[in-house]
Amino acid sequence: MMLDAILDTVAGICLIAGALLCLAAGIALIRFPDVLSRMHAAAKPQVLGLLLVLLGCALRLRTGVDITTLVLVGLFQLATAPVAAHMVGRTAYPHDDIRRDLLITDELSDHIDRIRADRAGEPQETSPVHTS
Amino acid sequence: MTVIAVIVTALLVAAGGLTLVRIIRGPSILDRAVATDVLLAVAVAAIATEAAYSRDATALPVLVVLALVGFVGSVSVARFASRRSSK
Amino acid sequence: MTSQPKAPLTRRDRWRNRAIAVTGLVTVWVLLWGTFSWANVLSGLVVAAVLLVVFPLPPVTFAGRIRPVPLLRFVVRFLYDLVVASAQVAWLAVRSKHPQSAIIAVPLRVNTDLNLTLNAEALSLVPGSLILEADRSTGTLYVHVIGIRSLDEVERFRSGVLELEERIVAAVGSAEELSLVRRSVPTGPSGSVDLEGAPT
Repeated sequence: MMLDAILDTVAGICLIAGALLCLAAGIALIRFPDVLSRMHAAAKPQVLGLLLVLLGCALRLRTGVDITTLVLVGLFQLATAPVAAHMVGRTAYPHDDIRRDLLITDELSDHIDRIRADRAGEPQETSPVHTS
Repeated sequence: MTVIAVIVTALLVAAGGLTLVRIIRGPSILDRAVATDVLLAVAVAAIATEAAYSRDATALPVLVVLALVGFVGSVSVARFASRRSSK
Repeated sequence: MTSQPKAPLTRRDRWRNRAIAVTGLVTVWVLLWGTFSWANVLSGLVVAAVLLVVFPLPPVTFAGRIRPVPLLRFVVRFLYDLVVASAQVAWLAVRSKHPQSAIIAVPLRVNTDLNLTLNAEALSLVPGSLILEADRSTGTLYVHVIGIRSLDEVERFRSGVLELEERIVAAVGSAEELSLVRRSVPTGPSGSVDLEGAPT
């Protein structure tokens, strides 16, 4: 019975920590200035918070069938969360609602300018090279 | 365990409330998509906490489904927003 | 920066990729059922075979083999990073209203699809860094990092990502890729000050 009490306590700590991460994400969603920094806040409960809550749940349930299900939930979440984050981040970048004044450097804008220049320059590029 | 359940519920309700404020205030559709993702994470945490509290695994398949299809919403919103902005 | 032309997969490679995919799908199937029985394994094999015929996977060049000890080191370090970064971002949310950030280009040394994907996944999962764009032709990741205050920290983050790449290549890369990563030491001016001392 001693072991049960210890496992329950650890499970409770995990659950509370996960809920605290959710609350921190809520606070960050309200306070942060633009989409990209809010997405950093959103990644927190989706990864570490969820893993902690699932761990707490597994420590309480303690049967093989349920633990395998919880492992699957964790794996699926870890596989899918970056996809959504990447799609949203990629869409948000060219918009103007990003606070450029808070950026230290922006090494992506050079890359995008280069691609645009390549695309714009492609049709005219042929003549000066071959006429020599 | 009841004390823990009450604390976790209070924290999650506060988190969900703050997230709802962001969903309502916007400003862009992407903010709302991100906040909806967080709300989904809060809901998953709530379901898992309920399962842990009552030691009842009935709701666990719901978690599997949510973890699998949860990202579809924001991906479609992102695609929709990117197509609209390029026009 | 060697972007050697990707060789077409041989027949043996393709069968090995399929075997890995089938093993993974059957494992997920058995985990979903929750109990290990031969009926579950056999039905899982049927489902996996149908899935691979109907939705064939894109060809992935998996040149190396999995090394258990470096893989464990990568996982432990990943969990450590996850906890530290989550706490940092949470603290940032409470403390400052307008955190500064940066968009940093990190050219990876091993330019394969698998390496690019694994690095992007690991970086996305850790709060505080977010992949905005991945350039397949040069193997460059464009990362949005929150809480960066100076150009010095930009360089420190870049060398941190290169160390992450080294851990990933050590876990799943081929010997050739590993020697490539080990040879080209990150050329940051100040190097990594507080990123060393990884738990081994």
